[in-house]
Amino acid sequence: MTKQNNKQDQTPFPLGRVGDGLLSIKNLHANIGDKEILKGIDLNIKAGEVHAIMGPNGSGKTTLSSVIAGREDYEVTKGSIRLDGTNLLELAPEDRAHKGIFMSFQYPVAIPGVTVTNFIKTAINAKRKAEGKEDMPAAELLKMIREKAKLIGIDRSFLSRSLNDGFSGGEKKRNEIFQMAMLEPKMAILDETDSGLDIDALKTVANGVNKLRSKDNAVIVITHYQRLLEYIVPDFVHVLSDGKIVKTGGKELALELEAKGYEWIK
Amino acid sequence: MAFENKGSVETDTEFHKVRATAMQQFENVGFPTKKIEDWKYTSLKELWKNEYSLFPELPKHELELSEVDTYFLKGIDSYKIVFVNGVFSSYLSETSHDGLDICLLSTAINKLKYKIIREHFFNRIASKTEGLTSLNTAFASEGVFIHIPKNTVLQKPIQIFYFTTECKKDVLLQPRNLIIVDENSQVQIVERHHSLSDKKILNNTVTEIFANKRAHIDYYKIQNDNKNASLIDSTFVEQKKQSEVSVTTFSLGGELTRNNLSFYQNGAHANSILNGITMLDGTQHVDNQTNVYHQQPNCESHELYKGIYDGQSTGVFNGKVFVDQVAQKTNAYQQNDNILLTDDTTINSKPQLEIFADDVACSHGCTIGQLDKDALFYMRQRGIPEKEAKALLLYAFTNEVVKNIKIPVLKSRITRIISEKLGVDLGIDL
Repeated sequence: MTKQNNKQDQTPFPLGRVGDGLLSIKNLHANIGDKEILKGIDLNIKAGEVHAIMGPNGSGKTTLSSVIAGREDYEVTKGSIRLDGTNLLELAPEDRAHKGIFMSFQYPVAIPGVTVTNFIKTAINAKRKAEGKEDMPAAELLKMIREKAKLIGIDRSFLSRSLNDGFSGGEKKRNEIFQMAMLEPKMAILDETDSGLDIDALKTVANGVNKLRSKDNAVIVITHYQRLLEYIVPDFVHVLSDGKIVKTGGKELALELEAKGYEWIK
Repeated sequence: MAFENKGSVETDTEFHKVRATAMQQFENVGFPTKKIEDWKYTSLKELWKNEYSLFPELPKHELELSEVDTYFLKGIDSYKIVFVNGVFSSYLSETSHDGLDICLLSTAINKLKYKIIREHFFNRIASKTEGLTSLNTAFASEGVFIHIPKNTVLQKPIQIFYFTTECKKDVLLQPRNLIIVDENSQVQIVERHHSLSDKKILNNTVTEIFANKRAHIDYYKIQNDNKNASLIDSTFVEQKKQSEVSVTTFSLGGELTRNNLSFYQNGAHANSILNGITMLDGTQHVDNQTNVYHQQPNCESHELYKGIYDGQSTGVFNGKVFVDQVAQKTNAYQQNDNILLTDDTTINSKPQLEIFADDVACSHGCTIGQLDKDALFYMRQRGIPEKEAKALLLYAFTNEVVKNIKIPVLKSRITRIISEKLGVDLGIDL
């Protein structure tokens, strides 16, 4: 199979044609410094769907998620990203978050002295402020925290610890999913959420994500391995290579990649 | 330059000798200049352009509580010793002689019953050579005298205030504090200088602190003065066996602030804790000089200074640790972390360890950097606007020091000052 053919495989993929979905990425090119990392990405995601993006190291997976979330280290040279029709490229990272973008970080940052509860409270109220709403009443917030903590399976004592400070790998990732649960994003991007997790932690995190799925939101799972996709089952799998999506298929594509490696697809 | 000693109130001839010697020493060495290694990065030149009056006018009216109430820590019972233009304000103060002494240094100097204290403690550990301390010894007329007898755990903290008000001229004030805490006793002290005047004010303060066996002292210095006020603070601490003394310095405002902090460990198993937060903008300057003299075995020192510099502000950290040959099993830790928020700020950080014992654990570290971009992006991704995200990161940066404040109302006061400086309501339960 040649590269040319792969591209053609992508073209019949129906989503690109049937109007814009929740997230619509068109011909996206992005640089870091002078180096072009993304070389024309097209991706259309509808509400209710889970898309997996797989690919070898250096293919541009993390760049793609960072560009969607608005990381300023990258320069978008061409193309567009729209969420519900809103052009995200004009918005600061915090404004994109307010519109419903959430990215679970591969390496969440520790903030000593700010508890998980205080951090999430600050984030929620920042969003409400941007929407012209009052702060969330304390009782309501606490109730929501209790519910979501239960949903994700995190202990209450965890909530009064400093954010990610001394957290294990599993705790950090679970905390990311807890924040996702609290912020109720429309479009969640899980960037290598499986890295550094043992199988039990992986299941817990995946369970949390599955419970948060609804017909109104969508999830992008960025991963190197097929393992996570056993638990968060994708509707579509895209293969990213050298800054382009070179192949798109159903969940079986992930298994094929696992069996054959990435070489055959290049 | 010659000064005449008009300020003294004592009659004791021994005492007069101490004054005269100090005066002589000051005349010999004068004010420190940048030629002296320890003053390399701090110039007092600008200050000496002001025409300081050594004897400030008495305030025309008693300072009203409402004018200064905001500076007091509230919601707690405390002793208060308040000075206005160098003069004790009994109206604003709450002192005590009930089983302990929290009063005026002049009282201690003049009364016969304190003669022993005067002879044994006054000017014993203060520098006899340094110019500014000598000047203070020669001229200081008033200050705080605290004597906590043994086995006394003071339930109420002591607040010390030096206010300056309605001056027609620039003023040089020279407060002098003497604090003695006997065996097994514990005390918490908060000291603050604040100018309500628009004139140039310089406080040249000297404090001697004596911690006897197993004494426990927590001393907090709040330096958040107005832009015309400068402070040179020289604090000397002597520690006996198993005592623990912490000095936390919050340098949050003022034109020029110099902190000379010296610890002398004269008993085994003593623990010295030196913490500081410096947070500056504009053209403010803060210089922290710390000296820890480990002179007995099995002692510890823990030093943590955090600095945030904005605008064109400048800072200095010079941390000296001396470990004597006999001071085996010393644990000495020093850390100085700095964040520079603009390209126009400067920090000169210098650890200086002199170790003559061979079985010790000593470490020092220094970081100078900008705000962590990854952390900022992380918070903004969660919807926290850039300004708040920066503030939260800076708050977290200072928190390592703030969290150790043992007086809850002081902790929230400091947090409030910090969040005001950051220009945000952190909106978090602290």
